Amino acid sequence: MKKYSIFSLLRNSINFHQDWQKAWRSPDPKSCYDVIIIGGGGHGLATAYYLAKEHGITNVAVLEKGWLGGGNTGRNTTIIRSNYLWDESAALYEKSLQLFEGLSQDLNYNIMLSQRGVLNLAHNLHDLREINRRVNAIRLNGIDSEFLNVNQIKAFIPIINISRKIRYPILGASLQRRGGVARHDAVAWGFARAGDARGVDIIQNCEVTGIVHEKGRVSGVETTKGFIGAKKLGIVVAGHSTVLAGMAGLRLPIQSYPLQAMVSEPIKPIINCVVMSNAVHCYVSQSDKGELVLGAGIDSYNSYGQRGSLNVIEDQLAALCELFPLFSRLRLIRQWGGIVDTSPDASPIISKTPIDGLYLNCGWGTGGFKATPGSGWVFAHTIATDQPHELNAPFRLERFTSGALIDEHGAAAVAH
Amino acid sequence: MLVIECPWCGPRSEEEFTNGGEAHIKRPSKPSALSDEEWADYVFMRKNTKGIFLERWSHSSGCRRWFNAARNTITNEIAAIYHINEKPPKEIS
Ligand SMILES: Cc1cc2nc3c(=O)[nH]c(=O)nc-3n(C[C@H](O)[C@H](O)[C@H](O)COP(=O)(O)OP(=O)(O)OC[C@H]3O[C@@H](n4cnc5c(N)ncnc54)[C@H](O)[C@@H]3O)c2cc1C
Ligand SMILES: [Zn+2]
Repeated sequence: MKKYSIFSLLRNSINFHQDWQKAWRSPDPKSCYDVIIIGGGGHGLATAYYLAKEHGITNVAVLEKGWLGGGNTGRNTTIIRSNYLWDESAALYEKSLQLFEGLSQDLNYNIMLSQRGVLNLAHNLHDLREINRRVNAIRLNGIDSEFLNVNQIKAFIPIINISRKIRYPILGASLQRRGGVARHDAVAWGFARAGDARGVDIIQNCEVTGIVHEKGRVSGVETTKGFIGAKKLGIVVAGHSTVLAGMAGLRLPIQSYPLQAMVSEPIKPIINCVVMSNAVHCYVSQSDKGELVLGAGIDSYNSYGQRGSLNVIEDQLAALCELFPLFSRLRLIRQWGGIVDTSPDASPIISKTPIDGLYLNCGWGTGGFKATPGSGWVFAHTIATDQPHELNAPFRLERFTSGALIDEHGAAAVAH
Repeated sequence: MLVIECPWCGPRSEEEFTNGGEAHIKRPSKPSALSDEEWADYVFMRKNTKGIFLERWSHSSGCRRWFNAARNTITNEIAAIYHINEKPPKEIS
Protein backbone atom coordinates (compact mmCIF):
# COMPACT_ATOMS: atom_id res chain seq x y z
CA MET A 1 0.00 0.00 0.00
CA LYS A 2 1.38 3.39 -0.96
CA LYS A 3 1.28 5.83 1.92
CA TYR A 4 -0.90 8.93 1.61
CA SER A 5 1.04 12.09 2.39
CA ILE A 6 1.46 15.67 1.29
CA PHE A 7 4.11 14.45 -1.17
CA SER A 8 1.90 11.79 -2.74
CA LEU A 9 -0.79 14.44 -3.10
CA LEU A 10 1.62 16.81 -4.84
CA ARG A 11 3.02 14.09 -7.07
CA ASN A 12 -0.43 12.95 -8.15
CA SER A 13 -1.75 16.43 -8.73
CA ILE A 14 1.06 17.05 -11.24
CA ASN A 15 -0.09 13.83 -12.90
CA PHE A 16 -3.77 14.90 -13.06
CA HIS A 17 -4.53 12.20 -10.47
CA GLN A 18 -4.12 9.37 -12.99
CA ASP A 19 -1.80 7.22 -10.89
CA TRP A 20 -3.55 6.72 -7.57
CA GLN A 21 -3.31 3.12 -6.50
CA LYS A 22 -6.62 1.34 -5.88
CA ALA A 23 -7.48 1.67 -2.18
CA TRP A 24 -8.04 -2.09 -1.86
CA ARG A 25 -7.87 -5.16 -4.10
CA SER A 26 -11.07 -6.97 -5.05
CA PRO A 27 -9.93 -10.61 -5.01
CA ASP A 28 -12.02 -13.68 -5.76
CA PRO A 29 -12.81 -15.54 -2.56
CA LYS A 30 -10.38 -18.28 -1.49
CA SER A 31 -11.83 -21.69 -0.69
CA CYS A 32 -11.23 -21.32 3.05
CA TYR A 33 -10.40 -18.63 5.61
CA ASP A 34 -9.40 -18.61 9.26
CA VAL A 35 -12.06 -15.98 9.90
CA ILE A 36 -14.94 -14.73 7.77
CA ILE A 37 -16.65 -11.51 8.76
CA ILE A 38 -20.19 -11.21 7.39
CA GLY A 39 -21.05 -7.55 6.75
CA GLY A 40 -18.84 -4.87 5.24
CA GLY A 41 -19.99 -1.95 7.35
CA GLY A 42 -17.66 -0.03 9.61
CA HIS A 43 -17.91 -2.58 12.43
CA GLY A 44 -17.10 -5.56 10.21
CA LEU A 45 -14.19 -3.81 8.49
CA ALA A 46 -12.82 -2.60 11.83
CA THR A 47 -13.01 -6.16 13.18
CA ALA A 48 -11.02 -7.49 10.23
CA TYR A 49 -8.44 -4.72 10.57
CA TYR A 50 -7.87 -5.35 14.29
CA LEU A 51 -7.78 -9.13 13.76
CA ALA A 52 -4.82 -8.52 11.44
CA LYS A 53 -3.18 -5.72 13.38
CA GLU A 54 -3.64 -6.78 17.01
CA HIS A 55 -3.80 -10.56 16.67
CA GLY A 56 -1.78 -11.34 13.54
CA ILE A 57 -4.70 -13.19 11.93
CA THR A 58 -4.56 -12.19 8.27
CA ASN A 59 -6.29 -15.07 6.49
CA VAL A 60 -9.53 -13.12 6.81
CA ALA A 61 -12.36 -12.20 4.44
CA VAL A 62 -15.07 -9.58 4.79
CA LEU A 63 -18.17 -10.52 2.80
CA GLU A 64 -20.53 -7.69 1.90
CA LYS A 65 -23.77 -8.23 0.02
CA GLY A 66 -23.79 -4.73 -1.48
CA TRP A 67 -21.03 -2.14 -1.38
CA LEU A 68 -18.78 -1.18 1.54
CA GLY A 69 -20.51 1.10 4.00
CA GLY A 70 -23.76 0.97 2.03
CA GLY A 71 -25.66 -0.04 5.19
CA ASN A 72 -26.01 2.13 8.27
CA THR A 73 -22.37 3.17 8.18
CA GLY A 74 -23.00 5.33 5.11
CA ARG A 75 -26.46 6.44 6.22
CA ASN A 76 -25.90 7.71 9.73
CA THR A 77 -25.62 11.22 11.10
CA THR A 78 -22.08 10.55 12.40
CA ILE A 79 -22.45 11.80 15.97
CA ILE A 80 -19.63 10.58 18.18
CA ARG A 81 -19.59 10.82 21.98
CA SER A 82 -18.88 8.67 25.03
CA ASN A 83 -21.13 10.27 27.67
CA TYR A 84 -22.97 7.10 28.71
CA LEU A 85 -24.43 6.53 32.14
CA TRP A 86 -23.42 3.01 33.20
CA ASP A 87 -19.83 1.97 33.85
CA GLU A 88 -19.97 -0.87 31.30
CA SER A 89 -21.10 1.40 28.48
CA ALA A 90 -18.86 4.29 29.49
CA ALA A 91 -15.79 2.03 29.31
CA LEU A 92 -16.73 0.62 25.91
CA TYR A 93 -17.70 3.90 24.23
CA GLU A 94 -14.76 5.77 25.75
CA LYS A 95 -12.36 3.13 24.38
CA SER A 96 -13.93 3.75 21.00
CA LEU A 97 -13.64 7.54 21.26
CA GLN A 98 -9.98 7.18 22.19
CA LEU A 99 -9.38 4.96 19.17
CA PHE A 100 -11.21 7.55 17.02
CA GLU A 101 -8.85 10.23 18.30
CA GLY A 102 -5.86 8.44 16.82
CA LEU A 103 -7.58 6.79 13.87
CA SER A 104 -6.57 9.04 10.97
CA GLN A 105 -2.91 8.49 11.87
CA ASP A 106 -3.31 4.80 12.58
CA LEU A 107 -5.07 4.11 9.28
CA ASN A 108 -3.17 6.71 7.22
CA TYR A 109 -6.61 7.88 6.09
CA ASN A 110 -8.26 11.17 6.96
CA ILE A 111 -11.52 10.28 8.67
CA MET A 112 -12.20 13.99 9.26
CA LEU A 113 -12.83 13.67 12.99
CA SER A 114 -14.14 17.00 14.25
CA GLN A 115 -14.40 17.24 18.04
CA ARG A 116 -16.71 20.22 17.99
CA GLY A 117 -18.67 19.33 21.12
CA VAL A 118 -22.01 17.58 21.65
CA LEU A 119 -24.70 19.43 23.56
CA ASN A 120 -27.67 17.58 25.12
CA LEU A 121 -30.53 19.89 26.05
CA ALA A 122 -32.81 19.75 29.10
CA HIS A 123 -36.37 21.07 28.77
CA ASN A 124 -37.98 20.35 32.13
CA LEU A 125 -37.10 19.82 35.75
CA HIS A 126 -36.76 16.08 35.37
CA ASP A 127 -34.39 16.48 32.39
CA LEU A 128 -32.30 18.90 34.44
CA ARG A 129 -31.94 16.52 37.37
CA GLU A 130 -31.23 13.61 35.05
CA ILE A 131 -28.60 15.53 33.11
CA ASN A 132 -26.87 16.62 36.30
CA ARG A 133 -26.85 13.07 37.59
CA ARG A 134 -25.39 11.86 34.32
CA VAL A 135 -22.75 14.59 34.14
CA ASN A 136 -21.56 13.51 37.59
CA ALA A 137 -21.67 9.79 36.81
CA ILE A 138 -19.74 10.32 33.60
CA ARG A 139 -17.09 12.44 35.30
CA LEU A 140 -16.63 9.76 37.96
CA ASN A 141 -15.66 7.48 35.08
CA GLY A 142 -12.98 9.96 34.07
CA ILE A 143 -14.83 11.11 30.95
CA ASP A 144 -15.18 14.80 30.13
CA SER A 145 -18.66 16.16 30.69
CA GLU A 146 -19.96 19.46 31.99
CA PHE A 147 -23.19 21.24 32.76
CA LEU A 148 -24.14 24.50 31.01
CA ASN A 149 -26.82 26.90 32.21
CA VAL A 150 -29.02 28.80 29.76
CA ASN A 151 -26.68 31.76 29.40
CA GLN A 152 -23.70 29.51 28.84
CA ILE A 153 -25.66 27.64 26.18
CA LYS A 154 -26.53 30.89 24.41
CA ALA A 155 -22.87 31.92 24.51
CA PHE A 156 -21.80 28.53 23.14
CA ILE A 157 -24.35 28.52 20.34
CA PRO A 158 -25.75 32.01 19.71
CA ILE A 159 -28.50 31.09 17.21
CA ILE A 160 -30.40 28.91 19.70
CA ASN A 161 -33.82 30.04 20.95
CA ILE A 162 -33.73 30.42 24.75
CA SER A 163 -37.12 32.10 25.04
CA ARG A 164 -39.08 30.99 28.14
CA LYS A 165 -42.31 31.32 26.18
CA ILE A 166 -41.93 28.29 23.93
CA ARG A 167 -43.70 25.02 24.74
CA TYR A 168 -40.51 23.27 25.90
CA PRO A 169 -38.08 26.01 26.93
CA ILE A 170 -34.37 25.20 27.22
CA LEU A 171 -33.34 25.01 30.87
CA GLY A 172 -29.79 23.68 30.69
CA ALA A 173 -27.58 21.22 28.88
CA SER A 174 -24.75 18.77 29.23
CA LEU A 175 -21.72 19.22 27.03
CA GLN A 176 -19.06 16.75 26.01
CA ARG A 177 -16.38 18.82 24.31
CA ARG A 178 -14.53 15.76 22.98
CA GLY A 179 -17.69 14.64 21.19
CA GLY A 180 -18.33 15.60 17.59
CA VAL A 181 -18.63 14.11 14.13
CA ALA A 182 -16.49 12.24 11.56
CA ARG A 183 -16.78 11.39 7.88
CA HIS A 184 -18.72 8.10 7.84
CA ASP A 185 -17.58 6.72 4.46
CA ALA A 186 -14.00 7.53 5.30
CA VAL A 187 -14.21 5.38 8.43
CA ALA A 188 -15.34 2.39 6.33
CA TRP A 189 -12.88 3.07 3.52
CA GLY A 190 -9.97 3.73 5.87
CA PHE A 191 -10.49 0.44 7.71
CA ALA A 192 -10.94 -1.37 4.39
CA ARG A 193 -7.74 0.03 2.91
CA ALA A 194 -5.65 -0.59 6.02
CA GLY A 195 -7.09 -4.11 6.45
CA ASP A 196 -6.46 -4.94 2.81
CA ALA A 197 -2.87 -3.80 3.19
CA ARG A 198 -2.45 -6.38 5.96
CA GLY A 199 -3.89 -9.15 3.78
CA VAL A 200 -7.63 -9.04 4.48
CA ASP A 201 -9.76 -9.99 1.43
CA ILE A 202 -12.63 -7.58 0.92
CA ILE A 203 -15.34 -9.17 -1.20
CA GLN A 204 -18.26 -7.00 -2.23
CA ASN A 205 -21.48 -8.09 -3.97
CA CYS A 206 -21.30 -11.37 -2.07
CA GLU A 207 -24.40 -12.13 -0.03
CA VAL A 208 -24.32 -14.81 2.62
CA THR A 209 -27.35 -17.06 2.12
CA GLY A 210 -26.62 -19.84 4.59
CA ILE A 211 -24.45 -20.67 7.60
CA VAL A 212 -23.05 -24.17 7.52
CA HIS A 213 -22.48 -25.87 10.88
CA GLU A 214 -22.12 -29.47 11.96
CA LYS A 215 -22.12 -30.92 15.45
CA GLY A 216 -22.27 -27.48 17.04
CA ARG A 217 -19.35 -26.02 15.05
CA VAL A 218 -19.32 -23.71 12.04
CA SER A 219 -17.56 -24.81 8.89
CA GLY A 220 -18.39 -22.07 6.39
CA VAL A 221 -21.00 -20.05 4.56
CA GLU A 222 -23.14 -20.43 1.46
CA THR A 223 -22.97 -17.27 -0.61
CA THR A 224 -24.01 -15.90 -3.97
CA LYS A 225 -20.40 -16.68 -4.99
CA GLY A 226 -20.63 -20.29 -3.77
CA PHE A 227 -19.53 -22.06 -0.59
CA ILE A 228 -16.63 -20.52 1.35
CA GLY A 229 -15.09 -22.43 4.21
CA ALA A 230 -14.28 -20.77 7.54
CA LYS A 231 -12.93 -21.85 10.91
CA LYS A 232 -14.60 -18.90 12.60
CA LEU A 233 -17.47 -16.66 11.57
CA GLY A 234 -18.41 -13.20 12.82
CA ILE A 235 -21.90 -11.83 12.09
CA VAL A 236 -21.86 -8.01 11.93
CA VAL A 237 -24.88 -7.11 9.81
CA ALA A 238 -26.81 -4.51 11.87
CA GLY A 239 -30.46 -4.54 10.66
CA HIS A 240 -30.14 -8.07 9.28
CA SER A 241 -28.81 -9.67 12.49
CA THR A 242 -31.87 -11.82 13.15
CA VAL A 243 -31.93 -12.96 9.52
CA LEU A 244 -28.31 -14.18 9.72
CA ALA A 245 -28.68 -15.62 13.23
CA GLY A 246 -31.79 -17.43 11.97
CA MET A 247 -29.61 -19.17 9.35
CA ALA A 248 -27.76 -20.74 12.29
CA GLY A 249 -30.99 -21.51 14.15
CA LEU A 250 -30.52 -18.82 16.81
CA ARG A 251 -33.22 -16.53 18.17
CA LEU A 252 -32.23 -12.99 19.18
CA PRO A 253 -33.83 -10.25 21.26
CA ILE A 254 -33.44 -7.86 18.31
CA GLN A 255 -36.00 -5.89 16.32
CA SER A 256 -35.19 -4.02 13.10
CA TYR A 257 -36.59 -0.53 12.68
CA PRO A 258 -36.19 2.18 10.06
CA LEU A 259 -34.28 5.24 11.25
CA GLN A 260 -34.31 8.29 9.02
CA ALA A 261 -31.94 11.16 8.43
CA MET A 262 -32.07 14.16 6.14
CA VAL A 263 -30.06 17.16 5.03
CA SER A 264 -30.99 20.72 4.19
CA GLU A 265 -29.72 22.80 1.31
CA PRO A 266 -26.15 23.95 2.01
CA ILE A 267 -25.64 27.25 3.80
CA LYS A 268 -22.67 29.12 5.25
CA PRO A 269 -21.28 27.89 8.58
CA ILE A 270 -23.89 28.70 11.21
CA ILE A 271 -23.86 25.98 13.85
CA ASN A 272 -20.55 25.04 15.41
CA CYS A 273 -21.41 21.96 17.46
CA VAL A 274 -23.86 19.07 17.62
CA VAL A 275 -27.14 19.88 19.39
CA MET A 276 -29.38 17.06 20.59
CA SER A 277 -32.68 17.21 22.36
CA ASN A 278 -34.34 14.16 23.83
CA ALA A 279 -37.54 15.81 25.02
CA VAL A 280 -38.52 17.54 21.77
CA HIS A 281 -36.55 14.90 19.87
CA CYS A 282 -34.33 16.10 17.14
CA TYR A 283 -30.63 16.64 16.63
CA VAL A 284 -28.65 18.77 14.26
CA SER A 285 -25.10 19.47 13.12
CA GLN A 286 -23.66 21.06 10.01
CA SER A 287 -21.61 19.13 7.47
CA ASP A 288 -18.46 20.47 5.84
CA LYS A 289 -20.51 20.97 2.69
CA GLY A 290 -22.78 23.31 4.65
CA GLU A 291 -25.86 21.10 4.86
CA LEU A 292 -27.68 20.80 8.14
CA VAL A 293 -27.64 17.12 9.05
CA LEU A 294 -30.87 16.22 10.86
CA GLY A 295 -32.22 13.18 12.59
CA ALA A 296 -34.43 11.93 15.40
CA GLY A 297 -36.06 8.67 16.44
CA ILE A 298 -37.02 5.36 14.86
CA ASP A 299 -40.33 4.59 13.19
CA SER A 300 -42.99 2.99 15.36
CA TYR A 301 -43.04 -0.45 13.70
CA ASN A 302 -40.31 -2.88 12.61
CA SER A 303 -39.46 -2.93 8.93
CA TYR A 304 -36.73 -3.70 6.42
CA GLY A 305 -37.85 -0.99 3.97
CA GLN A 306 -35.07 1.61 3.98
CA ARG A 307 -37.35 4.65 3.88
CA GLY A 308 -39.54 5.49 6.89
CA SER A 309 -42.66 7.49 7.65
CA LEU A 310 -43.46 11.12 6.97
CA ASN A 311 -44.86 11.84 10.43
CA VAL A 312 -41.43 11.16 11.95
CA ILE A 313 -39.96 13.84 9.70
CA GLU A 314 -42.75 16.32 10.51
CA ASP A 315 -42.25 15.91 14.25
CA GLN A 316 -38.51 16.44 14.20
CA LEU A 317 -38.69 19.44 11.89
CA ALA A 318 -41.27 21.06 14.17
CA ALA A 319 -38.87 20.52 17.07
CA LEU A 320 -35.96 21.90 15.08
CA CYS A 321 -37.83 25.07 14.13
CA GLU A 322 -38.76 25.72 17.75
CA LEU A 323 -35.13 25.40 18.86
CA PHE A 324 -33.81 27.37 15.87
CA PRO A 325 -36.58 29.55 14.39
CA LEU A 326 -34.20 30.88 11.75
CA PHE A 327 -34.04 27.42 10.11
CA SER A 328 -37.75 27.53 9.26
CA ARG A 329 -37.25 28.72 5.70
CA LEU A 330 -34.55 26.21 4.77
CA ARG A 331 -35.42 23.50 2.27
CA LEU A 332 -34.58 19.83 2.65
CA ILE A 333 -32.73 18.31 -0.26
CA ARG A 334 -32.34 14.65 0.69
CA GLN A 335 -33.94 12.16 3.07
CA TRP A 336 -33.14 8.48 3.56
CA GLY A 337 -33.51 5.61 5.99
CA GLY A 338 -31.38 2.83 7.41
CA ILE A 339 -32.46 -0.32 9.26
CA VAL A 340 -31.24 -0.34 12.85
CA ASP A 341 -31.07 -3.37 15.15
CA THR A 342 -32.56 -2.42 18.50
CA SER A 343 -32.11 -4.50 21.65
CA PRO A 344 -34.32 -4.54 24.77
CA ASP A 345 -31.80 -2.60 26.89
CA ALA A 346 -30.49 -0.31 24.12
CA SER A 347 -27.05 -1.89 24.52
CA PRO A 348 -25.16 -3.99 21.98
CA ILE A 349 -24.56 -7.74 21.98
CA ILE A 350 -20.89 -8.60 21.36
CA SER A 351 -20.72 -12.24 22.15
CA LYS A 352 -19.90 -15.85 21.59
CA THR A 353 -22.92 -17.97 20.68
CA PRO A 354 -24.05 -21.52 21.54
CA ILE A 355 -22.39 -22.61 18.26
CA ASP A 356 -18.58 -23.00 18.40
CA GLY A 357 -16.75 -20.61 16.11
CA LEU A 358 -19.80 -18.41 15.59
CA TYR A 359 -19.63 -14.89 17.03
CA LEU A 360 -22.19 -12.13 17.08
CA ASN A 361 -21.89 -8.35 17.08
CA CYS A 362 -25.23 -6.55 16.87
CA GLY A 363 -27.85 -4.54 18.72
CA TRP A 364 -26.11 -1.18 18.27
CA GLY A 365 -29.45 0.22 17.22
CA THR A 366 -29.47 3.94 16.58
CA GLY A 367 -26.05 4.66 18.05
CA GLY A 368 -23.28 2.41 16.80
CA PHE A 369 -21.29 4.67 14.51
CA LYS A 370 -19.48 6.22 17.46
CA ALA A 371 -18.53 2.72 18.54
CA THR A 372 -17.09 1.56 15.21
CA PRO A 373 -13.39 1.25 16.17
CA GLY A 374 -14.07 0.08 19.74
CA SER A 375 -16.58 -2.51 18.58
CA GLY A 376 -14.13 -3.89 16.02
CA TRP A 377 -11.35 -3.89 18.61
CA VAL A 378 -13.23 -5.93 21.24
CA PHE A 379 -14.87 -8.19 18.65
CA ALA A 380 -11.50 -9.03 17.11
CA HIS A 381 -10.28 -9.96 20.60
CA THR A 382 -13.37 -12.13 21.19
CA ILE A 383 -12.91 -13.98 17.89
CA ALA A 384 -9.12 -14.35 18.13
CA THR A 385 -9.00 -15.61 21.72
CA ASP A 386 -12.44 -17.27 21.81
CA GLN A 387 -13.35 -15.25 24.88
CA PRO A 388 -14.63 -11.73 25.43
CA HIS A 389 -12.34 -8.86 26.34
CA GLU A 390 -13.18 -7.42 29.75
CA LEU A 391 -14.70 -4.42 27.96
CA ASN A 392 -17.32 -6.53 26.17
CA ALA A 393 -17.78 -9.31 28.74
CA PRO A 394 -20.90 -7.56 30.16
CA PHE A 395 -22.41 -7.37 26.65
CA ARG A 396 -22.91 -11.13 26.26
CA LEU A 397 -26.03 -12.68 24.78
CA GLU A 398 -26.54 -14.55 28.09
CA ARG A 399 -27.41 -11.31 29.89
CA PHE A 400 -30.99 -11.76 28.69
CA THR A 401 -31.12 -15.03 30.60
CA SER A 402 -29.28 -13.88 33.71
CA GLY A 403 -31.12 -10.56 33.82
CA ALA A 404 -27.94 -8.46 34.03
CA LEU A 405 -29.18 -5.91 31.50
CA ILE A 406 -27.32 -2.66 30.79
CA ASP A 407 -30.21 -0.26 30.51
CA GLU A 408 -29.09 2.67 28.38
CA HIS A 409 -32.52 3.80 27.22
CA GLY A 410 -31.79 7.27 28.51
CA ALA A 411 -28.35 6.98 26.85
CA ALA A 412 -27.38 10.39 28.27
CA ALA A 413 -29.44 11.96 25.48
CA VAL A 414 -31.29 10.86 22.40
CA ALA A 415 -29.93 7.46 21.59
CA HIS A 416 -27.53 8.22 18.75
CA MET B 1 -47.00 6.86 5.94
CA LEU B 2 -49.32 3.88 6.34
CA VAL B 3 -53.07 3.91 6.16
CA ILE B 4 -54.27 1.17 8.51
CA GLU B 5 -57.75 -0.27 8.38
CA CYS B 6 -59.07 -0.46 11.94
CA PRO B 7 -61.71 -3.25 12.02
CA TRP B 8 -64.04 -0.88 13.90
CA CYS B 9 -63.23 2.62 12.58
CA GLY B 10 -62.08 1.96 9.01
CA PRO B 11 -58.99 3.36 7.29
CA ARG B 12 -57.03 5.79 9.51
CA SER B 13 -53.56 7.31 9.49
CA GLU B 14 -50.66 5.39 11.03
CA GLU B 15 -50.15 8.14 13.62
CA GLU B 16 -53.35 7.09 15.43
CA PHE B 17 -52.04 3.59 16.07
CA THR B 18 -49.54 1.94 18.40
CA ASN B 19 -47.64 -1.11 17.23
CA GLY B 20 -47.77 -3.97 19.73
CA GLY B 21 -45.06 -6.20 18.26
CA GLU B 22 -45.23 -9.89 17.45
CA ALA B 23 -48.70 -11.47 17.64
CA HIS B 24 -49.77 -14.86 18.99
CA ILE B 25 -47.22 -15.09 21.83
CA LYS B 26 -48.75 -17.26 24.54
CA ARG B 27 -48.22 -16.48 28.19
CA PRO B 28 -46.66 -19.56 29.84
CA SER B 29 -49.37 -21.69 31.38
CA LYS B 30 -47.12 -22.90 34.22
CA PRO B 31 -44.86 -19.92 34.99
CA SER B 32 -43.25 -21.54 38.03
CA ALA B 33 -42.11 -24.52 35.93
CA LEU B 34 -40.14 -22.37 33.49
CA SER B 35 -36.33 -22.40 33.37
CA ASP B 36 -34.35 -19.15 33.06
CA GLU B 37 -33.77 -19.90 29.36
CA GLU B 38 -37.49 -20.37 28.77
CA TRP B 39 -38.26 -17.12 30.57
CA ALA B 40 -35.65 -15.30 28.49
CA ASP B 41 -37.25 -16.68 25.37
CA TYR B 42 -40.73 -15.60 26.45
CA VAL B 43 -39.73 -12.13 27.65
CA PHE B 44 -37.03 -11.08 25.17
CA MET B 45 -36.68 -13.27 22.09
CA ARG B 46 -38.86 -12.16 19.20
CA LYS B 47 -39.42 -12.95 15.57
CA ASN B 48 -38.19 -10.14 13.36
CA THR B 49 -39.42 -11.59 10.09
CA LYS B 50 -38.21 -10.19 6.80
CA GLY B 51 -41.41 -10.80 4.82
CA ILE B 52 -44.94 -11.41 6.11
CA PHE B 53 -44.95 -10.63 9.84
CA LEU B 54 -47.91 -11.26 12.15
CA GLU B 55 -48.22 -8.37 14.58
CA ARG B 56 -50.58 -6.57 16.94
CA TRP B 57 -51.81 -3.01 16.64
CA SER B 58 -53.86 -0.84 18.95
CA HIS B 59 -55.96 2.03 17.64
CA SER B 60 -54.67 4.02 20.60
CA SER B 61 -55.85 7.49 19.51
CA GLY B 62 -59.17 6.14 18.24
CA CYS B 63 -61.35 3.34 19.57
CA ARG B 64 -58.40 2.00 21.65
CA ARG B 65 -59.06 -1.58 20.59
CA TRP B 66 -56.45 -4.17 19.67
CA PHE B 67 -56.33 -6.23 16.48
CA ASN B 68 -53.86 -8.33 14.49
CA ALA B 69 -52.30 -7.61 11.12
CA ALA B 70 -50.16 -9.48 8.63
CA ARG B 71 -47.71 -6.99 7.17
CA ASN B 72 -44.92 -7.45 4.65
CA THR B 73 -41.93 -5.88 6.42
CA ILE B 74 -40.09 -5.27 3.13
CA THR B 75 -42.83 -3.31 1.37
CA ASN B 76 -44.93 -2.43 4.46
CA GLU B 77 -47.99 -3.65 2.54
CA ILE B 78 -50.69 -4.95 4.89
CA ALA B 79 -51.86 -8.30 3.56
CA ALA B 80 -54.59 -8.95 6.11
CA ILE B 81 -56.22 -7.56 9.23
CA TYR B 82 -58.00 -9.90 11.63
CA HIS B 83 -59.44 -9.91 15.13
CA ILE B 84 -57.22 -10.20 18.18
CA ASN B 85 -58.53 -13.65 19.09
CA GLU B 86 -58.42 -15.04 15.55
CA LYS B 87 -55.78 -17.07 13.76
CA PRO B 88 -54.27 -15.52 10.62
CA PRO B 89 -56.17 -16.22 7.38
CA LYS B 90 -55.18 -19.55 5.79
CA GLU B 91 -53.60 -18.13 2.65
CA ILE B 92 -51.09 -16.24 4.86
CA SER B 93 -50.08 -18.58 7.65
C1 LIG C 1 -30.27 7.43 9.91
C2 LIG C 1 -29.29 6.90 10.92
C3 LIG C 1 -28.63 7.78 11.75
C4 LIG C 1 -27.71 7.31 12.68
N1 LIG C 1 -27.01 8.22 13.43
C5 LIG C 1 -26.02 7.80 14.24
C6 LIG C 1 -25.21 8.76 14.93
O1 LIG C 1 -25.38 9.97 14.77
N2 LIG C 1 -24.23 8.30 15.75
C7 LIG C 1 -24.01 6.96 15.92
O2 LIG C 1 -23.12 6.62 16.70
N3 LIG C 1 -24.74 6.03 15.28
C8 LIG C 1 -25.74 6.42 14.44
N4 LIG C 1 -26.50 5.49 13.75
C9 LIG C 1 -26.26 4.05 13.98
C10 LIG C 1 -25.06 3.55 13.19
O3 LIG C 1 -25.17 3.94 11.84
C11 LIG C 1 -24.96 2.03 13.26
O4 LIG C 1 -25.10 1.56 14.58
C12 LIG C 1 -23.61 1.55 12.75
O5 LIG C 1 -23.23 2.24 11.58
C13 LIG C 1 -23.67 0.07 12.47
O6 LIG C 1 -22.51 -0.31 11.78
P1 LIG C 1 -22.39 -1.75 11.19
O7 LIG C 1 -21.08 -1.80 10.51
O8 LIG C 1 -22.69 -2.73 12.25
O9 LIG C 1 -23.63 -1.85 10.19
P2 LIG C 1 -23.80 -1.53 8.63
O10 LIG C 1 -23.02 -0.37 8.19
O11 LIG C 1 -25.28 -1.52 8.37
O12 LIG C 1 -23.13 -2.80 7.99
C14 LIG C 1 -23.75 -4.07 7.91
C15 LIG C 1 -23.51 -4.60 6.53
O13 LIG C 1 -23.94 -5.95 6.47
C16 LIG C 1 -24.35 -6.19 5.16
N5 LIG C 1 -25.14 -7.41 5.09
C17 LIG C 1 -26.41 -7.60 5.55
N6 LIG C 1 -26.82 -8.86 5.28
C18 LIG C 1 -25.78 -9.48 4.64
C19 LIG C 1 -25.60 -10.79 4.11
N7 LIG C 1 -26.56 -11.73 4.14
N8 LIG C 1 -24.41 -11.08 3.52
C20 LIG C 1 -23.41 -10.14 3.44
N9 LIG C 1 -23.55 -8.88 3.93
C21 LIG C 1 -24.72 -8.56 4.53
C22 LIG C 1 -25.12 -4.93 4.79
O14 LIG C 1 -25.22 -4.77 3.39
C23 LIG C 1 -24.30 -3.85 5.46
O15 LIG C 1 -23.40 -3.20 4.59
C24 LIG C 1 -27.45 5.92 12.81
C25 LIG C 1 -28.12 5.02 11.97
C26 LIG C 1 -29.03 5.50 11.01
C27 LIG C 1 -29.71 4.53 10.10
ZN1 LIG D 1 -60.52 1.99 15.81
